[in-house]
Amino acid sequence: MTSILVFAETRENRLRQVAFEAITAARTAVDAAGGGEVHAMVAGSVGVGSVASDLGRYGADVALILEDAALERYNAEAVAATVAAQITAGGHRAALFSSSAEGRDIAPRVAGILGAPIAADVTAFTLDGDAITAVHPVYTGKAIATLRLEGTPAVLSQRPGAVSAVEAPRETTVESVRPAIDPASARVVVTQLGAAVGGTLDLGEAPVIVAGGRGLREAANFALVEALADAFGGTAAVGATRAVTDDGWRDPSVQIGQTGRLVSPDLYIAVGISGAIQHLAGMRTSKVIVAINRDKDAPIFTVADYGIVGDLFEVVPKLTEEIKAAVDHRPS
Amino acid sequence: MKIAVCIKRVPDTELRFTIAADGQSLDSTGMKYEISTFDEYAVEAALRLNEAHGPGEVTVVGLGPAALGEQLRRAMSMGADRAIHLTADEVPFDGAAIAHALADALEGQSYDLILFGRNATDTGNGVVGPMVAHQLNLPCVTGISHLEIGAGQGTAKRVLEGAVETVTFPLPAVLTIDEGLGRPRIPSLKGIMGAKKKPLAESPAELGPVRVSVTALAPPPDRPPGRIVGQGADAVPELVRLLRDEAKVLS
Ligand SMILES: Cc1cc2nc3c(=O)[nH]c(=O)nc-3n(C[C@H](O)[C@H](O)[C@H](O)COP(=O)(O)OP(=O)(O)OC[C@H]3O[C@@H](n4cnc5c(N)ncnc54)[C@H](O)[C@@H]3O)c2cc1C
Ligand SMILES: Nc1ncnc2c1ncn2[C@@H]1O[C@H](COP(=O)(O)O)[C@@H](O)[C@H]1O
Repeated sequence: MTSILVFAETRENRLRQVAFEAITAARTAVDAAGGGEVHAMVAGSVGVGSVASDLGRYGADVALILEDAALERYNAEAVAATVAAQITAGGHRAALFSSSAEGRDIAPRVAGILGAPIAADVTAFTLDGDAITAVHPVYTGKAIATLRLEGTPAVLSQRPGAVSAVEAPRETTVESVRPAIDPASARVVVTQLGAAVGGTLDLGEAPVIVAGGRGLREAANFALVEALADAFGGTAAVGATRAVTDDGWRDPSVQIGQTGRLVSPDLYIAVGISGAIQHLAGMRTSKVIVAINRDKDAPIFTVADYGIVGDLFEVVPKLTEEIKAAVDHRPS
Repeated sequence: MKIAVCIKRVPDTELRFTIAADGQSLDSTGMKYEISTFDEYAVEAALRLNEAHGPGEVTVVGLGPAALGEQLRRAMSMGADRAIHLTADEVPFDGAAIAHALADALEGQSYDLILFGRNATDTGNGVVGPMVAHQLNLPCVTGISHLEIGAGQGTAKRVLEGAVETVTFPLPAVLTIDEGLGRPRIPSLKGIMGAKKKPLAESPAELGPVRVSVTALAPPPDRPPGRIVGQGADAVPELVRLLRDEAKVLS
């Protein structure tokens, strides 16, 4: 019987949305291959085991809990070694990570330890007998590659937002996992985790992103973008172009594009953004794109589903008002 | 410090391109190539480290076809001291195969730091650096946007989703470089002239087994043609109506 081990990411002992997306994808893949098991592993400090029931909610048959006080601090080496050991012991067909900062950091280490083939940042995959077929954007999103991975086990990381999490509750067996190497010994030591920047909602998890560009003219005017994001009632995050992060109007961690974050929200609103090719590389997979720009020839309109040509200083406050009204009156 | 930087020759990201008739590769007509974006940042980071810490040596290492010489020379015209060209007519997609060859060439050369890009702009993988680190049994920090080196130890910042992490690590180490350490310099005329005389060693790449391959390459799905809803603030009510009733993103 085939099985996939999902590395389910947590933060402060809570599962992240990307963990549910990965479990859903693994469930779908093993079911399509004729049935099998999904084992979801979490690694964290004392108390992380409390997420076990949530793992089952999305379709995990087995919850593997690595709980260790030393994992209060991120330790990629200890986690990678433990995941690899679990894959070998469980005879799993594949390991699935999210291609978040953490998943991108751990997945290739696991592939290295196992000598396994790896595909990163995949948007879809299927188990095809001895091979795995995976879809992966290449050339900064300008082409989509279909990949064939040969060999068992294989390692995959999945692009955040590429698969929507779907609840599929299961009876879940909970097992505790012993670390493969001492989590208290690390060559790379995390000395500080800075306060969250760019709001509480992360760009990778927000259903709506409102992004601002140089058209805003100065840092203070970003208040317009923040107000529009707030109008969505807690579902929107704020992003920016490199022109903006370069000028220090926003933290570099919210830059969207080829050298920033790759995002695919349900709704992306580009405010005063020209739509340079490097910016499009990071957001063109968004489901619905809205652009507000006073230049009707701005390249952002080539990818926008809906555009308003006009002065953002007039359009955005009005839009904020109307979105607020629409969101307040939506049926709950 | 003795620093190695792995650089890849990739298609210029500003270019539009078409997919070749085989449906598996790019049409190379009119194609231009460059050093992969983050690799150029990594070269810059290495040069700055040695400028700050006194004498050292920066070696650029590339695996690819004969034409990769161009990118290796460019890195030397920026200021790298020497280059190693691991020759391979075809560069596989499989990061593990590439990592095997790079690790072989880097092993036992007593580099203090081995730098990579966060990811190559062609593959978008970000796997080669950590896999080389594994093969050489070196500590590895990925996605660095700030770096300081002191006695035998480094401090780096990594930008995570919604937070910035600070880590310390012992040297030697493998690091993958994100944006933030400083924009790559443009080579000066003097740099370009000087690069011609710098040593460039060639040897065949010892690629590992290839187990990941591209079976098809397609353009991204077309976005349905967008529409200009209207001009100025007056168009807002209609936009909101479309978002609610047509796109259904407001419920
Ligand atoms: C190697 C490399 C990597 C890069 N990586 C990234 C990346 O990851 N992300 C990224 O974003 N960029 C990146 N860039 C930069 C990119 O090329 C552009 O310079 C940048 O995206 C432009 O940002 P912008 O749209 O905010 O500014 P601009 O291009 O200056 O556009 C501002 C827009 O605002 C409009 N505007 C002005 N005033 C108003 C108004 N009152 N009302 C309405 N509209 C108005 C203008 O018509 C214009 O279209 C990269 C560049 C390079 C070379
Ligand atoms: N053919 C190559 N030659 C030299 N360095 C490479 C090569 N392929 C990948 N690299 C290095 O590995 C990094 C990550 O590549 P990738 O895993 O393909 O995203 C790149 O940014 C380079 O630093």
